[in-house]
Amino acid sequence: MELAIRVNGMVKRFGGLTAVDGLDLEVPFGTCIGLLGPNGAGKSTTMKALTAQVIADEGEIEILGYKLPADSKQARAEMGVVPQLDNLDQTLSVEQNLLVFAHLYRVPAGERQEAIERALGIANLGGRRKSKVDELSGGMRRRLLIARALLHQPRLVLLDEPTVGLDPQVRQELWALIDRMRSEGVSILMSTHYIEEAERLCDQVTIMSHGKAVAVGPPTELIREHAGSDAIEVYGPPARLTEVEGIAAARGWRTRRTGTSVAVMHTNGDSGLDGERRGTNLEDVFVLLTGEEIT
Amino acid sequence: MATLAARGRRLHRLEPAALRGVLVREIVNYSSFWKSSTFSSTIDPTIYLLAFGFGFGSLVSKVGGHAYIEFVGTGIVATTVLFSGAFPAMYGTFVKYQFQHTYDAILAAPVDTEELVTGEAMWIAARTGVYGCFPMIVAMFFGLDPAWGMLLVPFIAALAGFGWASCGIFIAAKAKSIESFSYWQSGLLTPMFLVAGTFFPLDQLPTWAQVLGNLNPLYHCVQLVRDAVFGFQGWKDIGHLAFLVGFALLMWRLAVRHMERRLVL
Repeated sequence: MELAIRVNGMVKRFGGLTAVDGLDLEVPFGTCIGLLGPNGAGKSTTMKALTAQVIADEGEIEILGYKLPADSKQARAEMGVVPQLDNLDQTLSVEQNLLVFAHLYRVPAGERQEAIERALGIANLGGRRKSKVDELSGGMRRRLLIARALLHQPRLVLLDEPTVGLDPQVRQELWALIDRMRSEGVSILMSTHYIEEAERLCDQVTIMSHGKAVAVGPPTELIREHAGSDAIEVYGPPARLTEVEGIAAARGWRTRRTGTSVAVMHTNGDSGLDGERRGTNLEDVFVLLTGEEIT
Repeated sequence: MATLAARGRRLHRLEPAALRGVLVREIVNYSSFWKSSTFSSTIDPTIYLLAFGFGFGSLVSKVGGHAYIEFVGTGIVATTVLFSGAFPAMYGTFVKYQFQHTYDAILAAPVDTEELVTGEAMWIAARTGVYGCFPMIVAMFFGLDPAWGMLLVPFIAALAGFGWASCGIFIAAKAKSIESFSYWQSGLLTPMFLVAGTFFPLDQLPTWAQVLGNLNPLYHCVQLVRDAVFGFQGWKDIGHLAFLVGFALLMWRLAVRHMERRLVL
């Protein structure tokens, strides 16, 4: 299997803090892989290591066949990066931002205008080409960041929390854009802490906790393996929830506290518990595996 | 698929394409703030020129055989170099990496820190080369005679500007907060600005101050500009030039090394 990204045993320490602790990660060509985890799980450090803005203390990283950090510049020439933080040039227009990065990504002079037009089309920003960035909405800025990363038609795109802070409607617009990239054969690594985003877009997810990968696989398989097909959500006072947890433990079912309720997994529809039946999801998997909530 | 010049070949250090990319970004951005930048970089030294030229000029008629306004008009080129070289580099660099995260975006493209620092210093140097001439041109309206050597002043200012821009980037790389620039400004740059031979000759100062002055790159910039305008002094000017080249090289490497430490974790 040819890999766009291969990370083997990556370790990164910042002083006494181990941000990434022996991470293995593979992104096959043409797939969308999600890096899922709460804040502080090591996702952003991992993403920065893939552009050599963080240098791993241990392990091997290979991007598009190039070894990092030695050949990171070659790798960066063939991939695009959509950052978590908006780092557009605020006083420039949409078109000027793209022009600058067409130069930085070394798009040949004769192809530059065509690349800008294509990127404007992908991001649906053709009508706003002359607008200054500080006149754009949050969703438009995100689309411009994606367009900027696609100027040079990269084989691999890194998306670091691409929809963080956006309202649901704009998030769905961006999902359509990411899905289009994937359908066109671009390999994608996307870090996110939105469960629905990972479930909808990713062929596989790597769930991270405390710098480690705690589960890897397609979302549906991870859900089936770790949380079963459905869950019973039982509501009640704390004493009742504790009682339900005891019953579940005695029958070998796994449970997850969610504030005012307890979710009981792996009941196969025959729990005898008085609660709401719902489908299981990646968040259940994450909490079961790590004991942490994704916020 | 677009044919990328960079695709499929090994990329090296200090590639012209990467430097060009950094310069294009600076030039496009400059188009949005050139008026304010040009105003502050040229008006400030001109005010110094007129204030000192006419203020001290009324007390001191000649220095080193030159009218005082000619003495200051040539020396203040170095002040312009400092103002339009070190300060924009300090503040611009800090804002771009700390607040705007611009460097994260650039370093995600096929550009490394060395190219980023070099490109930014080159652009500031080019601006400084132009701005540096401004007070000298103003001085010409007040009696400074034109000379062929003046044609070299933009290049001297650009060389010194590269050194000061690199120095500003180095200071920004070392800064923990933007407030810490005060230490550098008051503790280093202001004394250098005053003890550079711009407003008064160093040979009237105590020996220790003369020695310190000789270690000041601004002093060598002042002397080289004056000699370009009033007549070169042979080996002495080769020495001034060598000092400026050495300063530029030293500060460039320090800026690159410390920005790498700052940007690559």
